[in-house]
Amino acid sequence: MNSFITLFQAAIAFGTVILFGCVGEILTERAGNLNLGVPGIMYLGGIASLASVFIYEGSTDSPSKILCVIIAMVSAFIASALGGLIYAFLTISLKANQNVCGLTLTIFGGGVANFFGGSLNTLAGRFEAVSVPVTSAAFRTNIPGISNAGTIGKLFFSYGFMVYLAIAIAIIVHIFLHHTRRGLNLRTVGESPQTADAAGINVDRNKYLAICIGAGISGFGGVYYVMDYIKGTWANDGSIEKLGWLAVALVIFTTWKSSHAVWGSYLFGLLYWMYYYIPGLTRRSQELFKMLPYVVTLLVLIVNSLRSGKDKQPPKSLGLAYFREER
Amino acid sequence: MNEPLLRIVKNEAMSFKKKVLIRAVAVILALLVCGIVITLITGYNPVTVYVTMTQGAFGTKTRAWSTVKEMLMLSCIAIGLAPAFKMKFWNIGAEGQILVGGIVSAGCMIYLAKIGNAGLFILMFLLSALAGAVWAFLPALFKAKFNTNETLFTLMMNYVAIQLTSYFVAKWENPIGSNTVGVINQSGHEGWFPKICGSQYFISLIMVLVLAVFMHIYLKYTKHGYEIAVVGESENTARYAGISVTKVVIRTVLLSGAICGMAGFMAVAGASHTISTSTAGGRGFTAIIVAWLAKFDSATMILISLLLAFLESGSSEIASKCHLNDFASKIVIGIILFFILGSEFFINYKLIVGKKGEKK
Repeated sequence: MNSFITLFQAAIAFGTVILFGCVGEILTERAGNLNLGVPGIMYLGGIASLASVFIYEGSTDSPSKILCVIIAMVSAFIASALGGLIYAFLTISLKANQNVCGLTLTIFGGGVANFFGGSLNTLAGRFEAVSVPVTSAAFRTNIPGISNAGTIGKLFFSYGFMVYLAIAIAIIVHIFLHHTRRGLNLRTVGESPQTADAAGINVDRNKYLAICIGAGISGFGGVYYVMDYIKGTWANDGSIEKLGWLAVALVIFTTWKSSHAVWGSYLFGLLYWMYYYIPGLTRRSQELFKMLPYVVTLLVLIVNSLRSGKDKQPPKSLGLAYFREER
Repeated sequence: MNEPLLRIVKNEAMSFKKKVLIRAVAVILALLVCGIVITLITGYNPVTVYVTMTQGAFGTKTRAWSTVKEMLMLSCIAIGLAPAFKMKFWNIGAEGQILVGGIVSAGCMIYLAKIGNAGLFILMFLLSALAGAVWAFLPALFKAKFNTNETLFTLMMNYVAIQLTSYFVAKWENPIGSNTVGVINQSGHEGWFPKICGSQYFISLIMVLVLAVFMHIYLKYTKHGYEIAVVGESENTARYAGISVTKVVIRTVLLSGAICGMAGFMAVAGASHTISTSTAGGRGFTAIIVAWLAKFDSATMILISLLLAFLESGSSEIASKCHLNDFASKIVIGIILFFILGSEFFINYKLIVGKKGEKK
C-alpha cells in the first residue's frame, strides 16, 4: 500500500509538470500553430522564476513567502509569454515555418536557461550553489491538517498549490475552448483561418493571444519543476527539455482536449515511474521501461490516424501560415 | 475606402544578388545583437568579443579541426535531412537516427574488434546506415499508408532511441558503476578513423564532401530528385503524373535516415569513440534549421554549418574565459537563427506602403 501511495504521488508530481506544458500547447495548437518551442518555453519559465526570486531572496533578510510566490509566477509568465511572442511574430507576421521557429525557440530557451542556471551565482558574485529555500518551501506548502490524514489525505491533498492550479487551468481552458463564443472563434481560426477571416474574426490577433497565453501557461510547468519538483535548485541535465517533449506528446495523446490532459498527464507520470516499483528490474531494463510513455503516444498517434472520427484529428490548418491574399 | 497603410504581397522574382544581400544583412544584424548581449553579460567590448571568438574557433590547429568536426557533423545530418524536407516530410527524428547509428557502430567496435579495421569500417558503415534507415522507415510507412503525422511520430522515435541508448550504455558500462561507456578500444584503436594529414577528422571531411556532391546531383539532376520535388509541391500532381507517392516517400525517407545513421557512425568512429545519450547532442534539431535555411542546397548547408560551428566554439571560448558556462553558445545560435528565419520574409514577400492606386 505504501509503495502504491508513493508511486501515485510521484505520478502526480511528474504529471503536473507536463500538464502545464500540454494545456498551454493545446491552446496554441487549437489556434493552428504547432509550437515545438514548448521545451524552450518551459525552460524560460523555470529560469525566470528561479532568477527573480534568487535576486529577491538575496536582497532581503526576511523574504515574504507570498511575495516570493507572486514574483516567481509573474516573472515566469512574462518570460514564457515573451518567448511565445518571438515565435508568434516570426510565424504569424513574418510567416516563417512553424516547425523551424519552434525548434529554434527550444534551442534558444534551453541556452538562456542553462546559461543563467549555471552562471547565476557567478554573475551575482555569490559562491554558494543556486537555491531559493524560502520560495521553494512556499511552493511546497500543503494544506495543513488533512495532507497527512490517512490514505485519502496522502493521495489527494499532500501537494503544493500548483498541482491544483494545473487542474484548474486545464478545466478553464476546456470550458473556454468548447463552451464560449471566443473559444469557438479560436478553434475556427485553427481549423480554417479563411472561414474565420470571412466571418470577421481577427485571425492574427486570435493567434497572437493564444500563443502568448499558451506559452505563459506552458512556462508554469518550468516553475513547478524548478520550485517543487527539484526543490528550488537548478540542474543542467536537460530534464526540462525531455519533459517539454513529453508535453508535446501528451497533446497528441489527449487528441487536443485539455479535459483529457488531466488524467493523461498522470497516466504518463505513472508509466514513467512504474519501473521504480516493479521488483527485480535491473538498471538496464529500467531504461527500456522508461520508453513506455513514448511508445504509448506512438500507438495513440497511429490508432488515431486509422480512425476517421473528426474529433480525433489535429486542427485542420495546424502548421500552416495564413496569408490572406493566397487563396 | 479604408485601406491599410502597409500591404504585403508575394514577391515571386527576386534577383540572386538581392537575396544574398538580405541574408547578409540579417547575419550582420544578428552578430551585432549577439555582440551586445555578450558585452552586457561579460563586460567585454564587442570587438574583443569577436576577436576572442575567432581565436577560440580557429586560433590553433586543434581548435580549427574541432570547429571543422562540428561543422562536418551538422552538414552531414543536414544533407541527410534535405531530401525528406524537400518532399515536405518533416523528419525531426534525426536525433534518434543518429543515436541508433551510433549504437550500432559502438557495438561493432566492441564485439568485432578482432576482424581487422578494413572489414570493421565497412560493417560499421553499412550497419549504421541500415539502423538509421530502419528508424526512419516506421514513420515513413505510416505516413505513406495512413497519413500519420510524421512530425510527431519521428519526435517520439527520438526518445525511444534515447532510452535504447541508455540501455546500451548500462549494458556496456566501463568501468562498472560509471554509467558511461568510456573510450572504446583505447589501446588498439580498432574502429577509430586513422589520422590522415595530421587529423583524425580528415576522413569525415572526405565523407561529407562526397555526400554533399552526391546529394546535390541526386536532388538536381536525377529522376528521383525530380519526383521528390513534385511530391513536395503537390501530392495530387504527383499522382496525376503517375508517380507512386507511397514509393517515393518511403524510398526518400529511407535514404534520409540512412545518412543520419552514418552521421552517428561518424560521431562514434570518427570523433568521440564512445556512445552516450548526448552523442547526437541536439545536432539533429539544429541541422533541421540548417537544411531549411539553406533551401536544401549542399554548399549553403556547409556554409551555415560552418557559421554555427564557429559560433559554438567561439562562444565556448568566451564562456570559459569568464568562468561562465558553455550554454552561451546556444543563446547566440538561437539569436542568429531567429534573425535569419525572420529575414526570409523579406525575400518571399514585399511590403508596400500606401494605397493600391498610388503605386504601380
